[in-house]
Amino acid sequence: MALPPPDPVFVLRGTSAAVHTLHFSCGGPEPDIPLLFSGSENGFIHVWNLKTHRVDTALDGHGRKSVYCVKTMGGKDRLLSQGRDQRICLWDLAEGRTSVTDSVFTEHVGFCRCSLLKVAQGRWLMAMAARSLEEVQILELPSKTSVCTLKPEVGAKLGMPMCLKLWQLNCGSQPVLLAGYEDGSVVLWNVSMGKVLSQLICHQEPVMSLDFDSEKAKGISGSSEKVLSIWSLNEQQNLQVYKTHELVNAGISDITIRPDKKILATAGWDHRIRIFGWKKLKPLAVLDYHTATVHCVSFSDHSNPRERLLAAGSKDQRISVWSIYAET
Amino acid sequence: VCFIPGGLDCSISFVSHVLGKVCVHGRQKEILGVLVPCLTDLTKSDCIWQRICWRLVECVPDRWMEAVVLGFVQRTPGAGVLSRLLGNLVVKNKKAQFVVTQKILLLQYGHTTAVLQNLLGYLSLDGLRRTLLLRVLQELLETWSSSSTVKHSPVEQQLYISKAILICLSHLKEPEIESCRQELLTSMMEGMKCHLDSSLPKLRRLGMVVAESISLKINTEGPVLKFEYEEDDETRELKSLLVKTPSFCVVPSLPDDDRSEKAGAALPLVPESNEKSRTAAPVVPDEELDAELDSDDDLIPYDMSEDKELKIKAPVYIRDCIEVLTGSRSEDMDKWEATVKALESLVRKNPAATREVSVELAKILLHLEEKTCIEGFVELRQRAQVAVLTTDPIPVAKYLTSQFYSLNYSLCQRMDILDILVLAAQELSCPKFHKKTKYSGAQKPCIQLLLGSDSSKDWRRIVDERIKSKTRRFDTGQSRVELASRPNEFSSVAGYFFFPLIQHFDRPLTTFDLLGEDHFVLGRLVHTLAILMYLAVNTAAVTAMGKALLEFVWALRFHTDSYVRQGLLSCISSLLLSVPTEQILADMTEMLLETQSWLGDVMEKDPDGDCRRLALQNLLLMENLKKKLEAVPS
Repeated sequence: MALPPPDPVFVLRGTSAAVHTLHFSCGGPEPDIPLLFSGSENGFIHVWNLKTHRVDTALDGHGRKSVYCVKTMGGKDRLLSQGRDQRICLWDLAEGRTSVTDSVFTEHVGFCRCSLLKVAQGRWLMAMAARSLEEVQILELPSKTSVCTLKPEVGAKLGMPMCLKLWQLNCGSQPVLLAGYEDGSVVLWNVSMGKVLSQLICHQEPVMSLDFDSEKAKGISGSSEKVLSIWSLNEQQNLQVYKTHELVNAGISDITIRPDKKILATAGWDHRIRIFGWKKLKPLAVLDYHTATVHCVSFSDHSNPRERLLAAGSKDQRISVWSIYAET
Repeated sequence: VCFIPGGLDCSISFVSHVLGKVCVHGRQKEILGVLVPCLTDLTKSDCIWQRICWRLVECVPDRWMEAVVLGFVQRTPGAGVLSRLLGNLVVKNKKAQFVVTQKILLLQYGHTTAVLQNLLGYLSLDGLRRTLLLRVLQELLETWSSSSTVKHSPVEQQLYISKAILICLSHLKEPEIESCRQELLTSMMEGMKCHLDSSLPKLRRLGMVVAESISLKINTEGPVLKFEYEEDDETRELKSLLVKTPSFCVVPSLPDDDRSEKAGAALPLVPESNEKSRTAAPVVPDEELDAELDSDDDLIPYDMSEDKELKIKAPVYIRDCIEVLTGSRSEDMDKWEATVKALESLVRKNPAATREVSVELAKILLHLEEKTCIEGFVELRQRAQVAVLTTDPIPVAKYLTSQFYSLNYSLCQRMDILDILVLAAQELSCPKFHKKTKYSGAQKPCIQLLLGSDSSKDWRRIVDERIKSKTRRFDTGQSRVELASRPNEFSSVAGYFFFPLIQHFDRPLTTFDLLGEDHFVLGRLVHTLAILMYLAVNTAAVTAMGKALLEFVWALRFHTDSYVRQGLLSCISSLLLSVPTEQILADMTEMLLETQSWLGDVMEKDPDGDCRRLALQNLLLMENLKKKLEAVPS
C-alpha cells in the first residue's frame, strides 16, 4: 500500500503576486541563516528566512516589472536577477546592503531565463537571450564583455530561445550551451567557436524548460504538450532521444534535477509538482497543493542531506516548501 | 448474311432499308443483337468490310436514320467499334448529326453512361468529327450554365448533362482546350453561380464537381478550384469520368490475361515487405530489457492514484452560468468552455431556476459565439437552447419567433431558431421521452412510472390489488408492458410555436426578404411548419393550425423554388394526417377540393420528381380520407 504523498513542510505567504522564480542559498556554514530568494510578478525579490519563515528583505530593482529569474553568484551576498524591464541586475547584499551594483540592458522582451556558469574564481559566463529574435549572447561577468553571439543559420526557423543551460564537463574544458527553442528543438552550441554541435527536435511545441546532468550526459526537457523528452549526448557530441514520458495533463513550466542527481521535479500547468527518479524516470510522487499553475521548482543546496528541501512557486502567490526523499 | 465483294451496291441499299424498317418498328434489339457482333468481328481488320458497313448505314433513309443510329450507339461495345461501324456518318448525314449531337445529348436524358462514353468517344476519334465534339461541348456548357435550366429541369437531366460534359472534357486535347479556354472559364463561372444558388443539395454538389473538373482542365499549372463537399458514390463516379477510358473497353480475351498476370506478379511483393518490417521491430525491445540494476529501487513511490486529468469545475447554478457566458474576462476561457459543456444538464436539472431567467438565457444562447475551439460547439449550444425552450416553452417561444422576423440576424441564426423550435416540439410531444432526473413536484416512489396527479391512480392500484388477491387465476397470459403515459406538453404551447412563424412571412425587412432572395430560408420555414403541424396531432389547436396552414400553402403554391414546393406538399401531408377527419369535413372541404385539383396539376406537370411523388402521396391520403368517411355509416 503506497503512502499518500506528504504535505508541504511549510508554506510561505506574503509575496502578494504570482511567484515566477526561486533560488535557495543554504550552503553556508553554521551561523548563516538558510535563505530562499523569490522573484514575483510585481517586481519584488523577496529574501525569505527559512528559520523564521518570514521575509527578511524585499528588493525592488526592476521598476515593478515581473522578475522571472534569480540566481546567486557564489554565496548569498551576490545576487543576479532578471526582469521584464529588459534588465539583468547584479546586487550586493553583504552586510545588510540592498543595492544594485551593476546592470545589463539585454533588450530581450521574452521570458527566457539566463544561465550562469562559474569558469574561474570571480569570473562567470552568462548566457542570455538578446534583442534579435533567435540569438543568444554569452557575456562574461562581472566585466560584461561579450564572449560571442550564437546565431542560428539563416532559414533554421528555430524561433525564440526559450531556456538555456551553460555547462562544462569539468573545470578546464570548453563551456557548452544547451538551448531549447520555440520550434521544439534543443541545440548544443560550442561557445568558444560559436557553432552548432548538434540539434535535436524533442517536441512539437516550444521547449519550456530543460535541465542537464553532465555526469551522465543526459538531459530532460518539458514543453506545453503532454510529453517529457529525455535525451542523451554521445561521444561525438550528438544529441539523441533516449526516451519520452507521457504526462496526464499537458504543460510544464519548469524542470530541475536535484544536485545529487537522484530525483528530479517538474512544475506543471495542472497545479501539480511531479517527482521522478532520474535514473529511469520512474514516477515517484505527485504533490498537489497549489491552486494555480506552478511556475518554478527549485532544490536546496543544504550540505546536510537530511535538511534538503524542495520549493515550488505558483501563480496562486504561495511558495510551498517540501521535504521529500531527503533520507536517501 | 454473306457478301461477295463483287456486286455490292445494290444489295447493300436493300439491306439498309430492311435494317431501317426493322429498327423503326422497335426491333433494334433483335436485329442489331445479331448484326453488331458480326460486323464488329468482320470490320476489325478488314477495310473493305468497314466500308461496306459504312455504306450500309449511310443508305438508310432519313426517316429511319434516328432509330438505326440510336440502336447502334446503344449496342456497340465501345467507341472504337462504333467508329469502325459508323465511320463519318455524322459528318455526311444531316439527320445522323442532329440525332448524335442534339437529340441524344440535349433532348433525351434516359441513356446510360456507357452510351454517352460511346457517343462522345466516337466523336473524338476522327479529326473531322472533333469539330463536332467541340460544338457539342459548347452547347452542353451553355445548357449547364443557364440559370433557367438549373431551376426548372429535372435533376436527372442535369446529372446526365454533367456526365456528358465531363466525358467531353476527358477527350479534349491541349490545343483544343487552349482555343476555347476563355469560353470554358466564362461558362464555368456562370454555371457555378447558378448551381450554388440552388436549394437542393444534390444540384449544388453536381455544380461543384463539374466546376472543379473544368478548372482542373483549364488550369494545368497553378491553383485549381477545390470545393468542400461530402464524397459519395455519385461524385466518385462523376470524377472517374474525367479520366479517359481506353477506347476498347469491353474486350474479352487477350488484354485481360495480361492484366491478371501483372496482378499476380504484384501480390508476392507485398508479403515480403511486411515480413521485413516485422523483423525490424523485435530488435528494439531487447535493448530495453538490458537495464542495469539501479539504486533507484530504494526510492519508494508514493500513492499517485489521485493524479487524474485536470477538470475545470463548471458552475453549479444557472445564474453563475449566465455570468460566465456574458462576462468579458478573457482569462476564464477554461471556465467558459466548462460552462458551455455543462449548461444543458444544469438547465434540465433546475427547471424552476431556469424559468426565472429563461428569456435572458435564450437571448444569450442565440447570440453566443464560439470563443475557444470546443468540439461540437454548435451541438452543445443547440441542446442547451432546446433544453431552455422545453423547460419554459411559452415565453421563450414568443421570444424566438419574434426574433425570427427581426432585423440584423444572420440566415444561420434564423435557421437555428427554426431547428430549435422543431426539436423542442418533438421533445414536448413525444410520450416516450423520459427524463430521469426532474420533476421537483412531489413524487412518491411508485412502482409505475406514471407522472401526473398521484391520488387518482392510487385508488385504482388498491382496487386492482384487492381484485387480484380475490380472483383465482388459471393462466396469466402474456403480460403486455404498457407504455407509461404523459400529458401532451406540446398541446398547450403548439400555438405559440406555430402562429407567430406564419404571421409575417410576406412582410419584407431590409435585411430579410422571405419571398425574395431568401427563398432558402422560406423553404426551411415551410418544412418547419410541416413538422410542427405533424407534431400537433391530438392537440387542441390543431384545427386552427390546419386552416392557417392551408391558406399559407395556397398563397405560395406556385413558388419557383422546388425545395419550397416540396415543403408545401409536406405541409399538406401533415395537415391531412394530423387534423381529425371530422374537423376536416366540417371546416375545410372547399379549400381541400381546390387543393386536390392543384395537386393533380403538380403530379402531372411539375418538373421536380420529388414534388410529383409528394403530390401523389397527398392525393392518396385524400382518397383514404374519402373512403373512411364513406365507410362510416352516416
